[in-house]
Amino acid sequence: MVSRLKGRHGSGIREANSYLGQKYIVVDSSLIPELLQVLWDQELFDYCVDITAVHYPDREKQFDVVWILYSFTNNERIRVKAMFADGESVPSAVPIWPAANWLEREVYDMFGIRFEGHPDLKRILLPEGWKGHPLRKDYGIIQQDQEWVQINLGIESGQ
Amino acid sequence: MTDRTSQLELEQHEKTFLDSNELIINMGPQHPATHGVLRVILKLDGEKVLGTECVIGYLHRGVEKIAEHRTYTMFNPYVDRMDYVAAVSNGLGYCEAVEKLLNVEAPPRAKYIRVILTELNRLASHMLWLGTHALDIGAITPLFYTFRDREEVLKIFEKYCGARLTTHAFRIGGCVYETYEGFEREVKKFIDFVTPKIDEYEELLTTNRIWVERTKNVGRISAKECIALGVTGPVLRASGVKWDLRKAQPYAAYSELDFEIPVGQNGDTYDRYIVRMREMRQSLRIIEQAVGKIPDGPIMAKVPKVIKPPVGEIYHSIEAPKGELGYFIVSDGSTQPYRVRVRPPSFVNLQALDMMVRGQLVADVIAVIGTLDIVLGEVDR
Repeated sequence: MVSRLKGRHGSGIREANSYLGQKYIVVDSSLIPELLQVLWDQELFDYCVDITAVHYPDREKQFDVVWILYSFTNNERIRVKAMFADGESVPSAVPIWPAANWLEREVYDMFGIRFEGHPDLKRILLPEGWKGHPLRKDYGIIQQDQEWVQINLGIESGQ
Repeated sequence: MTDRTSQLELEQHEKTFLDSNELIINMGPQHPATHGVLRVILKLDGEKVLGTECVIGYLHRGVEKIAEHRTYTMFNPYVDRMDYVAAVSNGLGYCEAVEKLLNVEAPPRAKYIRVILTELNRLASHMLWLGTHALDIGAITPLFYTFRDREEVLKIFEKYCGARLTTHAFRIGGCVYETYEGFEREVKKFIDFVTPKIDEYEELLTTNRIWVERTKNVGRISAKECIALGVTGPVLRASGVKWDLRKAQPYAAYSELDFEIPVGQNGDTYDRYIVRMREMRQSLRIIEQAVGKIPDGPIMAKVPKVIKPPVGEIYHSIEAPKGELGYFIVSDGSTQPYRVRVRPPSFVNLQALDMMVRGQLVADVIAVIGTLDIVLGEVDR
């Protein structure tokens, strides 16, 4: 599969390897929409297990966005990873896998990464109007949106 | 108006109430049939559901953020608080994921203890589901029966590790507690006790006309739709997909045990009920074999006192009672995980609610929420 993908996309695939028996590919962010489509269409990854992100604040491109896919036909998993800068939007996978809808909303909620083409991108776990994205590394563990807490809950502090 | 006002609510204000056939109703977050704090905004035409929107997050505790500020060992008890009716499964998934990252394997005896406890937990989880699901639909008796029998499982947990609900039964590298005196005997006694009880539940419901009318053809979802929406667990199997991670990608000691994957055909609420009932019997079969085959030996692998996995990433998932429960852990080589992502089955399964209830009646929404078997602690994390 890797050689097929490499033949098609060439240098866009930066790394295709396996770690502890799990396959993963690291690709250029520009390749993502095309690659996800190919993985669904031709490599039969019909089930989008998870979409998530990892924040590396010291890097120029701060976010790793990770797609975990599974193929029922081949009983096989793959992780696709690409780097995105803060503020850069990621192509949405909802047109391919409807399951991506809430998963992408959660990534947006927790990291502030916007997904281009998502039908209804808004916060999911935190309330609308909350300031900040908690899973970013620069968001402290006891940090809160005090203003929101005071206005909406009528208490001084949620701590 | 609060900030939580969503799109659907805003639409309501565009039309005056009497002109419109559409009615927007709010269900929850404080509602006896939402199994916790789930809020569903329903768009209705009379009794017919035109659309729904789930508002979740009321129970959000930031488990993933907490993980980044705890050591691997310290985070272990936290996972029990996600799907709190199946705490043992959560612990198993997390411990196995970290073990993979460390490249160690739990000893065979520990694996068998894990299988026995996880399957007992699956029974407890399914029993709680059956009792509350039936109660939602209007059958009160099963609740008393299932809670009576679930108690026996909790007693075994309590004797094994001291806790009934949030057990923290496993540790990274194996188990910390040896089985107590008479553990095997008590588990066998439990199997003999509970097998006729499952028949009893089925007598109450399987051919009960009211139950059948309320569940047949309610909340149908096809196999294709399940896969597209990422739905796993009994819901997927009831739609006819014979897929169970215990068979597809075996973990713990499941590859050495003989059991079947029950599947349904119609993907309706009734089939999901049947699948879960048959799963309970299969769990008993697994426990019986595991108790008979449990090997002697150590229960803990050689794991360093301070857990410091090498730099790398791992995704490990197990078949929890609700579906695929996955852990994606990124290690930066320190004692604390750089990132822990939990792939919760309830969260992803709940996404299918809208599709399943469109065109059905309001009362069926209750049935479908019940049949999805969600736990809000896991949806919100």
